[in-house]
Amino acid sequence: MPPLLSVKAMTHYFGGLCAVKNYNLTIKPGQIIGLIGPNGAGKTTIFNLITGVHTPTEGTIELEGRDIVGMKTHKIASLGLGRTFQNLLLWRHMNVLDHVRIAHYSQLKYGLFGAFFGSPRRKSQEAEIEENSHRLMKLFNIDQFADQTVVNLPYGAQRRVEMARAMATRPKILFLDEPTAGMTPDELVHMVKIIRQVHEDFGVAIFLIEHRMKFVMELCEYVQTLVFGEIIAEGPPEEIQHNPDVIEAYLGKEDLT
Amino acid sequence: METITKFKSIFYGVPMAGWLLGAFTAVMLEYFLGDPISYLFDLPKIPVLFGALFVLKHPLMIPSIIGYDIVIYILPILLVAKITAPLTNALASVLEKTPLWLSTIIHLCLFYGIIDTWSGINDYRLLVVKLTMISIILTVSLNVINGYQGEFSCSHPGFMALGAYASSTITLLFFANDKIFGAALLPAAWGPWAFPFAIIAGGAVAAIGSLVVAIPSFRTRGDYLAIISLAFMFIVKSAIENMEIIGGPRGMSSQPNYASLPVVFFWTIVCIWTIHNFVTSVMGKTLNAVRDNEPAADSMTVNTRKTKMTAFMFGAFWAGVAGGLFAHVLRYVNPSTFGLQKLAEILAMVYFGGLNSIYGSIVGAVSINVLGEALRPLELFKWIVIPLILILVMIFRPYGLISFTEINMKKMLRPKNK
Ligand SMILES: Nc1ncnc2c1ncn2[C@@H]1O[C@H](COP(=O)(O)OP(=O)(O)OP(=O)(O)O)[C@@H](O)[C@H]1O
Ligand SMILES: [Mg+2]
Repeated sequence: MPPLLSVKAMTHYFGGLCAVKNYNLTIKPGQIIGLIGPNGAGKTTIFNLITGVHTPTEGTIELEGRDIVGMKTHKIASLGLGRTFQNLLLWRHMNVLDHVRIAHYSQLKYGLFGAFFGSPRRKSQEAEIEENSHRLMKLFNIDQFADQTVVNLPYGAQRRVEMARAMATRPKILFLDEPTAGMTPDELVHMVKIIRQVHEDFGVAIFLIEHRMKFVMELCEYVQTLVFGEIIAEGPPEEIQHNPDVIEAYLGKEDLT
Repeated sequence: METITKFKSIFYGVPMAGWLLGAFTAVMLEYFLGDPISYLFDLPKIPVLFGALFVLKHPLMIPSIIGYDIVIYILPILLVAKITAPLTNALASVLEKTPLWLSTIIHLCLFYGIIDTWSGINDYRLLVVKLTMISIILTVSLNVINGYQGEFSCSHPGFMALGAYASSTITLLFFANDKIFGAALLPAAWGPWAFPFAIIAGGAVAAIGSLVVAIPSFRTRGDYLAIISLAFMFIVKSAIENMEIIGGPRGMSSQPNYASLPVVFFWTIVCIWTIHNFVTSVMGKTLNAVRDNEPAADSMTVNTRKTKMTAFMFGAFWAGVAGGLFAHVLRYVNPSTFGLQKLAEILAMVYFGGLNSIYGSIVGAVSINVLGEALRPLELFKWIVIPLILILVMIFRPYGLISFTEINMKKMLRPKNK
């Protein structure tokens, strides 16, 4: 099968700081890939480079064979890269339903005329969008918060709003930046279940950054380890878990379990 | 406090139709019996703005004014609303089963009847009502940019000027004999039919003019809009002052009398309707997304630049329409109208009424306008009282009186007896 996403020899400098060095990645349809590494290793930067927030200094990025380097973020997103953010970028005055509705933007079939005068096409499409939004909110267990302002939600629910919103863009690959950060053990178990279900229901490929090794072990079929912007080891999780370099660099002398 | 709540609870069962019927009775009463009743209270004539202006000049007449207001407005409204409640509720139930647009139009017709009768008493009232409606257009449209989209634009007076001059040029050139353009080119009878096009042309010129602000401001992220838009306002003003062909600093006058009450009312309703449609659509909600977090909006496929440009041009269009109506209501414009004072007024109405709310903008525009008229005898002190009120609102309600609330027609018009 041809790869969904292929990143080759990507390097990025912030001024003099080399944040990512000669990075390569291939994601095939339906894969779940993990990216681990200590704080400040450059994991989020890799997400930002692929999703077009920053343009890499060097390297190529292809989505389904199409070069996306230098493309606008919203364009890349509408081509099938959905994402969540490590530090929760929600729209603070808006309720949960609107979050999910807005993420349907690139699928809108009506124009400005429809928006101003309320054309029948707009009405029928917005009804569809609303229905789909409720389906997604149910899946992520946030349906009960639908008309609540998002800042009033518990932290775990806010993370799930971000995921529901990302799924509403109909991604081919879902990028999750530390989806379990700050979650309780119960919520963590729930999150594993949700991610599995999303993966099965939508057949979406997933690329996730995570600190908790247990979580990575359970979900990913392939793991990359990033240290100071460079991949020091990659392979199936069992291998990575026992790789001495990874243990050394990533967690000091502790065993990765 | 308790008595007030009790008193209010008597009227919970009154639907919108009931209040409108009550108000209609009151204005009819004033229309036919206003003069004798005002003489009864020792008033020289029907008080123009509920007596607010009169009271400031003659404080001793306060009891008379209160008596008049109670007899003409308060009692009839409350009594009729309460007594007819079973009837109006039945009517509301019937209307609830019809399409929402039909029931909305019926209510609007009744509402129009009220303001038409009320403003029929004298020309001053008519002028206040028209100017208030124009303010509503200005406020709601600026709320799209400053509230829904969270920018800070200062160029609304500039857009208004563009609209006023563009539409005046059309009507003067084709349908009026005036000093600048000479004799009319087309028969004057066609004028009223062409007026909507002149107004739309005014809006379009303003929308195109807004690109001068929008293109440089939205090219990069950052807060240049406030400064660029302020500069734009001054540039428009001095450009007009220096163009003798459109009257220079003396302005344009003798616009034909096309902006009648129904015309202004019509445009106000269309403005509120389209803006409401826009900001409640998924496409329009992206304005809020851009305001609350632009990178997140970007990552959720929203074309943020297009969104900002659209909203800005849309807001400018309506400011242009408001300008066109303004010019034809006063039948005279000059560039000095469209300066800092106008800007301050519009901004005050937006921030007083409430951000991100059409409902709030309507309340803001009406209250600041009526307050401004009522305090007119205070002259300069008016500009101390209004800012003070504004500061108080900002302290206790940072987003304005009624913020983040959308109009819900269905809820507003439904029967209240269940
Ligand atoms: N926009 C930016 N400008 C300059 N430097 C940046 C920028 N973004 C990130 N960096 C730097 O790049 C390096 C990698 O940061 P990044 O956020 O990608 O790390 P991370 O692996 O996601 O870490 P964490 O686990 O803390 O999230 C850091 O040294 C950071 O300071
Ligand atoms: Mg990070």
